[in-house]
Amino acid sequence: MSASTATRRPTAPALAGATARRRPRFAPAATIVLLAGAVYCLVPVAWVVVAASKSPRELFTSFSFLPGSGLADNLVDLATYGGGVFWQWGANSLVYAGVGAVASTIVSAMAGYALAKFRFRGSDTLFAAILAGVLVPGIVLAIPQYLLLAQLGLAGTMWSVLLPSIINPFGIFLCRVFAQSAVPTDTLEAARLDGAGEARIFTTIVLPMMAQGLVTVFLLQFVGIWNNFLLPFIMLSDQRLYPITLGLYSFLSKGAGDSDLYPLVIAGSAVSVIPLIAMVLLLQRFWRADLLAGGLKG
Amino acid sequence: MTAVAPARRRGRRGRELTPWLFAAPAVVLFVCFLLVPIGYALYLSFRGLRIEGAGAFGRRTEGFVGLENYVTALTDPELLAGFGRSLVYGAIAVPSVLGLALLFALLLDTPRARLTSFSRTAIFLPYAVPGVIASLLWGFLYLPSTSPVSYVARELGGGNVDFFGYPTLYFALANIALWSGVGFNMIIIYTSLRAIPQEIYEAARIDGANEWAIAWRIKIPLVAPALVLTGLFSVIGTVQLYSEPATLRPLTSTISSTWVPLMAIYQEAFGNDNLGGAAAASVLLAVGTLVVSLVILRFFQRRTFGEAS
Repeated sequence: MSASTATRRPTAPALAGATARRRPRFAPAATIVLLAGAVYCLVPVAWVVVAASKSPRELFTSFSFLPGSGLADNLVDLATYGGGVFWQWGANSLVYAGVGAVASTIVSAMAGYALAKFRFRGSDTLFAAILAGVLVPGIVLAIPQYLLLAQLGLAGTMWSVLLPSIINPFGIFLCRVFAQSAVPTDTLEAARLDGAGEARIFTTIVLPMMAQGLVTVFLLQFVGIWNNFLLPFIMLSDQRLYPITLGLYSFLSKGAGDSDLYPLVIAGSAVSVIPLIAMVLLLQRFWRADLLAGGLKG
Repeated sequence: MTAVAPARRRGRRGRELTPWLFAAPAVVLFVCFLLVPIGYALYLSFRGLRIEGAGAFGRRTEGFVGLENYVTALTDPELLAGFGRSLVYGAIAVPSVLGLALLFALLLDTPRARLTSFSRTAIFLPYAVPGVIASLLWGFLYLPSTSPVSYVARELGGGNVDFFGYPTLYFALANIALWSGVGFNMIIIYTSLRAIPQEIYEAARIDGANEWAIAWRIKIPLVAPALVLTGLFSVIGTVQLYSEPATLRPLTSTISSTWVPLMAIYQEAFGNDNLGGAAAASVLLAVGTLVVSLVILRFFQRRTFGEAS
């Protein structure tokens, strides 16, 4: 794809190359490949939005990307299905992901700060354990977690999904990196000399300094919990406590014998995807991938 | 607080205690939801049902069975087949996710590309779509009665395209992983690329290097650490493969209830009520992941960081 670049380059003198870089020529190949990637990523989203407008019959007969006439019916069906349980699922997802991610970010920030800014006995062991925790897929633990929570009588409650979601070894690891780079030790010492308590130092000095990194940890964990499927699948049996992923999955499983439910699954997917995409578009500027990449390097 | 000495003593002890207080919530949760479950899984993996006494009067009691569960798990053809299937899936999904993510990141970083912020956002967008919903979307795009591909094939006089047969199914699943994961990995790699000082490129250009050579000789080696770590997370993701095949299952009979290891473990625990067997398989899966991760880190650390030091 750089054939045109390669043939044209020798004609340009070496120094002119520097100016050419500042005012680069348009390279169609790179742009076309990127746009193809963009189209590939948008097509399923476009499909689900279009398909949500189809009546059950149109879904199986008309061309996939042709809008249908059943949008209002599908949305009404979705909203009223099982006494409005779909909205309950959406609210549950918000609670699990929102509360879980806030708690997880605070816990990670505290632990990351302790590991970055204090030398204490056991800190190396603790950090090694956290690192090992990053590599153990949390999902493998879901079944023993279920058995333990079942013995405590917590399985099947919202706590059984919330509590395991709060511990995030990778978040702690990232927070340690952020605290190391963003919080100067001198500032902490100065605050201590001025007589500030440790809790106050943390809330008024450390947290604001780490804020940008914490937003990234929050977003990662929010999306992680929102996307998690196996944990709620194992923990919950009461349909009213399902998050949206599990709810839509249960629609589809029921629909296996009954394709009348397919329009509901599709409308539900469309309705739940749109706010997520809006959130990503809105929060994109707060998302600091450079911090993440820096953290990965550390 | 009234005397100086106790305050100072408190301060020194406080110094020891402070970091632990900050770490306490994480430590408690780490112990409760990681260490204890691991320990409990280990304990369960050595236990199982034993039949005591002979014949029809044998009493089934739960007890210590040694390594029996591990032997059973390691010789279970379905579980091994599940490992094989996730290996095939991973061999397709991981290189394609990382390869395309690297390609997109490099293209975004070339000064000649246009409309980059639109493409970057669009490619990143699927990151926000949960695996279950991504699988639902693609599942309907695969399902013969709703698939646009099959529709076009029918209109052209052909038959339906079977996305759920072998070996297409592997590619169909890998495609879902690619769609969901390429944007996130692209952003990580792209961010590492942006951190490279521009002077290096200028020097290379003066030496007569073209964009291709710069990408191949400078950019890729410099983002190698980011590639290793995104690769590592992709491999861990492969082991955890669950929601995609589980979501496609209602749409096709090709995917069995034990298609990948986690599905087999779930089936063993809740379908067959064999907690010991499920625990042993979980332990094997976790240890396997850890070993593979460490091998990857070791291998690439020597290769990517070894030359520098």
